Amino acid sequence: MGWSTARAPLPPGRHLWQGDEACAEGAIAAGCRFYAGYPITPASEIMQRMARRFHEMGEGVFIQMEDEIASMASVIGASWAGAKAMTATSGPGFTLMLENIGYAIMTETPCVVVDVQRAGPSTGQATRPASGDVMEARWGTHGDFEIIALSPWSAQEMFDLTVRAFNLAERFRVPVFVLADEAVGHMRENVVTPAEIQVYERERSAGLAPFGSEADDGVPPMPAFGQGERLLVTGSTHDPWGYRKVSDSAVQDRLTRRLVQKIRAHQGEIIATEPYMADEDLDVLVVAYGFTARSARHAVKLARQAGIRAGLLRLITFFPFAEEAVLHHGEKARNILIPEMNQGQVVREVQRAMAGNANRVHLYAQTNGEVICPLRILSEIKRLVET
Amino acid sequence: MSRQLYGYFRTESFPTPFCSGCGHGTLMAALIRAINSLNWDMSEVLFVSGIGCAGWIPSPHYAADTLHTTHGRPIAFATGAKLFNPRLKVVVVGGDGDIASIGGNHLIHAARRNTDLTVICANNMIYGMTGGQVAATTPPGAITATTEAGNPDRAFDLCRLVEAAGATYVARSTVYHVVHLVKVLKNALQHRGFAFVEVLSSCPTHYGRRNSAASPTDMLNLYKGLCVGLDSAARDSAAIQGKILIGEFVRGGRA
Repeated sequence: MGWSTARAPLPPGRHLWQGDEACAEGAIAAGCRFYAGYPITPASEIMQRMARRFHEMGEGVFIQMEDEIASMASVIGASWAGAKAMTATSGPGFTLMLENIGYAIMTETPCVVVDVQRAGPSTGQATRPASGDVMEARWGTHGDFEIIALSPWSAQEMFDLTVRAFNLAERFRVPVFVLADEAVGHMRENVVTPAEIQVYERERSAGLAPFGSEADDGVPPMPAFGQGERLLVTGSTHDPWGYRKVSDSAVQDRLTRRLVQKIRAHQGEIIATEPYMADEDLDVLVVAYGFTARSARHAVKLARQAGIRAGLLRLITFFPFAEEAVLHHGEKARNILIPEMNQGQVVREVQRAMAGNANRVHLYAQTNGEVICPLRILSEIKRLVET
Repeated sequence: MSRQLYGYFRTESFPTPFCSGCGHGTLMAALIRAINSLNWDMSEVLFVSGIGCAGWIPSPHYAADTLHTTHGRPIAFATGAKLFNPRLKVVVVGGDGDIASIGGNHLIHAARRNTDLTVICANNMIYGMTGGQVAATTPPGAITATTEAGNPDRAFDLCRLVEAAGATYVARSTVYHVVHLVKVLKNALQHRGFAFVEVLSSCPTHYGRRNSAASPTDMLNLYKGLCVGLDSAARDSAAIQGKILIGEFVRGGRA
C-alpha cells in the first residue's frame, strides 16, 4: 500500500514506439491488469497493444466490450474487484463514457481514461488531431466535481504520464484522464523505459468507512469485493459506509465538498508545468500543451534568434489548472499567447489566472484538423511584439 | 419472512421502500431462500443492480458486497468484476427498464459471451419509480402514464430474446408462483455460464391501478390466471393461446 518500487515488465532500454503503444506499455508498467475498450480511431492501437501484451504476459484481463458505455462500466466493476483498470477512446466514445465517469467520481473509483482527441464535433475527422475535448473532460459529466487531467506531448510522455495517471488515480481514488491528441498518439519516436517504476497502490484497509474520512480533504481506504467487507457502493449520495442518503442535505454537502477538496487541497502534488526560457521578463510568453507545445518550443527558439524575448510555459497537467505557474510567469510577460487546436478553451483558464491582466492574453485558434506549425506560432509572436 | 434468514439482510435498512403490494419484496426473499438452500457464503457473493425500484432489492438490503450502478449498466459493471475476480459469485438484479430497455445491449452481449453471471430481471411491465410510463415490456393496449389510449407497441419476450442471444440458462417465473420461483433461482445460481431469470413482479401502484388490477391480490390473480407452465403447454397447445409461459426454457451446459 502507498508508494513502492516495482520492477518494469520490460528490460530497460530504448524502444521505437507509437504514442498509443507507449501509453499501453506505461499502463502495464504501472500495474494495469484490466483493460476494456471499444474500437475507435485514433485510439484503437492502445487497445490492440493491451490485448497482445496481456496475452504474451499470461496475466491481465482484456475484454472488447459492446460499446464505450460498457467499457467504462466494466473498468469500474474491475477496479472494485481490486484491479488497476483502464480504457482508451476518442471524442465520440469519451462522450459516451461521461455518465459512468461521473459514477467513478461519486464512488471514488480509481481508473484511467485515455482520450486521444480527434477533430470534432461529432464524427468530425477521425484521423486528424484536435484539442477540442479539454473542457469536456473538465465539465462533461453532470454535477459538481474536481478532476485530474494530464497532457502528454511526446511518445515518451504517453508512457510516463500514463504511469503517473495510475499513481494519481490510486492515490486520490479518482478517474484520471490522459488527454492526448491524434498527433501524439500516432507519432512514432524513441521511448526510454527504466528498470524500476515508482508505483502507488490504493489503501485497502478493512473495517474503516470506505466513503468517509476524518479530514475534510481525506482519501478513505478502498477494500475490494470479496474481502468480506460487505461493501455498499452506490452512485446515490451516501454516508461514509455507503448507505444511500437521498434527501439528507448535510450528507450531500459533506460528500461533495470532500470529493472536491481531496483534489484541491493536494494541487501542489498534482500540478506539473515545464518552463522553457521563461524565467525572465518577456515580450511574449507562450502557454501551450500537447503536440502544440512542441511547435511552440521551436517557435520560441526561432523568436529568440530574431531577438525577441520569448518563452514557453508548457502545461503537463490541464486540471487542476496551474494558476500559480501561469500567474508567476505571466506577470513578467507583456503578452501571453495560447495556441490551441480548438477555438479557445485553455485560454479562458489563463485569462482567469491572469485576472486583472486578461487583456495581455491572446488566443491563436486553429481548427482545420492540422497541427499548428512552428512558423505559424512564430508569426503570431512577431505580430504581438509589433503591435 | 422467516427470522432465521435475517442474517442475510442488513436489517437496519428495513422497512423496505417498496409500495404495498409490490412484488419485489417477495423476489427479495425468494432469492435469499435460494441462496440459503445452497449454503452460499455471502462474503463470496457480489450483487450488482442499477436504477429503478428493482435496483433496491439487493442494495442496501442484502448483507453482501453490493454495487448499485448507473441506469441500465449493471451487467456491464458485473462483467468487469467477474472477469477480474472469477471467484466472486456475481448476481445482477434489475428491473425491465434497466435490464431490457436502456441496458438491452449489455443484456444480449453478455448472453452472447455466455459470461458466468446470474441475471434476474424483475419485470413489472412498467417504469414504476418514475411514475408509470410505458416500457419495452408493457403489453399492447395497456394503459400507462404515457399511453393513455393504450400501448400501440408490442412487448419484448425477454426469454426468447436472451435465448436467441446465446444464454445457456433461461427461465421465467412470477412472484405468485413462489415455490417455482425459488426453484428456478436456485438452478440459475448454480448454473455455470450466463443464466437469465425473468420474474414477473407485481406493480399495483402503477400498472395494476391503470389496468383493472388495482389491488395486490388482483395482480397476483392476474399472474395466476395468465401463466401456464411449460409442461402443461407441451400437452395442450390450445391452452397457451394468449398466456404467458413459465418454466425453464434453456438448461444447457457451458457452450
